[in-house]
Amino acid sequence: MDRHSILHCSCPHLSVCFSRLVSQSEGSTLHSEPSELPSAKILLPLRLFPFSLFPVSFRFLPRAQVSLHRVSFFTSEYEASPASPDRMGELAVEKHAQYILSVEKRKDDFESLVMEHLRLNGAYWGLTTLDIMHKLGSVNSDEVVTWILSCQDKESGGFGGNVGHDPHVLYTLSAVQVLALLDRLDAVDVDKVSDYVAGLQKEDGSFAGDIWGEIDTRFSYVAICCLSLLHRLNKINVEKAVDYIVSCKNLDGGFGSIPGGESHAGQIFCCVGALAITGSLHHVDRDLLGWWLCERQCKDGGLNGRPEKLTDVCYSWWVLSSLIMIDRVHWIDKNKLSKFILNCQDIEKGGISDRPDNAVDVFHTYFGVAGLSLMEYPGLKPIDPAYALPADVVNRIFFQK
Amino acid sequence: MDYFRAVYVARELSPRALRLTTEALLRNPGNYTIWHFRRLVIDALDSDLVEETLFVDNLAEANSKNYQIWHHKRWLAEKLGPEAANDDHDFTRFILCHDAKNYHAWSHRQWVLQKLGGWDKELDFCHQLLEEDIFNNSAWNQRFFVITRSPLLGGLSAMWDSEVDYTIKAILQNPSNESPWRYLQGLYKGNPDSLITDERIPQLLLNILKENSYCVFAWNFLLDVLCKGLRPNKEIEEAVKGFTELDDAGSSDQDLPTRICSALERMDPIRVNYWAWRKSNLTL
Repeated sequence: MDRHSILHCSCPHLSVCFSRLVSQSEGSTLHSEPSELPSAKILLPLRLFPFSLFPVSFRFLPRAQVSLHRVSFFTSEYEASPASPDRMGELAVEKHAQYILSVEKRKDDFESLVMEHLRLNGAYWGLTTLDIMHKLGSVNSDEVVTWILSCQDKESGGFGGNVGHDPHVLYTLSAVQVLALLDRLDAVDVDKVSDYVAGLQKEDGSFAGDIWGEIDTRFSYVAICCLSLLHRLNKINVEKAVDYIVSCKNLDGGFGSIPGGESHAGQIFCCVGALAITGSLHHVDRDLLGWWLCERQCKDGGLNGRPEKLTDVCYSWWVLSSLIMIDRVHWIDKNKLSKFILNCQDIEKGGISDRPDNAVDVFHTYFGVAGLSLMEYPGLKPIDPAYALPADVVNRIFFQK
Repeated sequence: MDYFRAVYVARELSPRALRLTTEALLRNPGNYTIWHFRRLVIDALDSDLVEETLFVDNLAEANSKNYQIWHHKRWLAEKLGPEAANDDHDFTRFILCHDAKNYHAWSHRQWVLQKLGGWDKELDFCHQLLEEDIFNNSAWNQRFFVITRSPLLGGLSAMWDSEVDYTIKAILQNPSNESPWRYLQGLYKGNPDSLITDERIPQLLLNILKENSYCVFAWNFLLDVLCKGLRPNKEIEEAVKGFTELDDAGSSDQDLPTRICSALERMDPIRVNYWAWRKSNLTL
């Protein structure tokens, strides 16, 4: 693939900065469970869910997890044996693992240089994907932890996207998630990190991303998820945080980024996730939102993020995890969605793209694999729909001392 | 980048530093640390904010889905105040003309309206966008935003009736359009009794189902109003029976909502579980 096709990405959440980027390509399709009556029960605390959540940084620039800094996440000994067959049917697990590793090795190309400021997000996407595919064992945890800690701003306690970058709540969550994944949350001063996050809450309950004050319900989710993983939700005003999220609810049952903002699957995931973690899902009209979410499934089997938009693999996560959290996932055709995701693979070189035949990237590789995990694709670890971490990681955090 | 890093570490807030951030941002407008530092420099130098707006608008044009750029625009707009509102609206209008569903542009536009004003032409703008593309969900959302929040209009209750007419017209234009159906549903949310007494509703549904008997949204809306208590007139009964009798011999004994649910299960198989749930919910 030439440089331009590698850089091409039509996923709107990948705000790529190259003016010469090609414009959008055209979108190009579980066996249904028996329907059940809507659950009248109170939603159980998230940690009792078998599925997982996923906090999403929307500042993704999928391809570049590599950076100028020569930290290798992975031992050089890891090589998938070319002879070992892929045992997971149609999901090319070995190829995807190799792809993730190869991206890490690429450090000096144009893409990598441009994406270096969000390497921490990239680490989260890559490592979580590996873990879901049972391939995390080859990672050199100590090196990863050392690098993560070097991304922390000692004064504020927050984490930047890479060494030398300013702290922001998005990267702080990714740092905490990766440390959770590696069972190394002991490596941070939990109170210092949580004070940073809690300090971003505003009077009206909303959250800024950093000191510069951008407000968005994404940050509400990121802050709440982060503090919950650190067992420090008590540091914020949860009631006001919930009130602000509810103020972003629209007539269609969905949620936007600010009050009055258009309902969007990504924002819905953030709001529903935050409400789930804080035990506030009673504010959601599950039937109405469930219908809006299941209407995201298009004829090609994929999901879009809003009415009349193109399907994209990343919505396999945001729509699906939201449906799971409100107990309505049986309203979509999982079989068709699985086929759509699998069609977005590059089975020769590894990786998954936003839609079939487009260039792959780690961001969509993560979302595709996570979406398949949510649909209980065989051989993948279950992932928690609220915390977007493997269920065993979440269980370890909440059930073990 | 090395030069940038040098001035960044030294916290040099100079014209040179500003030029370096310009260079760095032209190469990588996604690097949020550079934007942070640039704001520090602008404040320290008390730079010309109008010129800065031109710079960021140029970058925004080429990178219209970049969060950092839009946030920087917001920061500038806040500093420039209400006098800048119209220019700002002109810019987002320009972006939306090329990408009418750009979430960032809409978010920014809503923020500027609420903070700095400029409401007077907003409803017309929504109408213009809907004329260009009646399927534009963002424009429908903005329409509701303006109706409910503009200080220049009377609020939803004052505009409710004309909004119902506007929406019905849009639905008739293209019944497979999801957005106006949801908009209509939303309008009646605050007025549930009138949903079953307003004669425009059964009239709309009959008009559509005569020409588009496979319109899922129309059948769904009819299902909703029947469930909420609409007493179906003879025409509606005949329309439902006529359509649903075609396949299931046993359906003649079933009530209208059940027949509609069965029909929807067949018409919209990708959501068969949703329609089956609706059917099972009818008995509750």
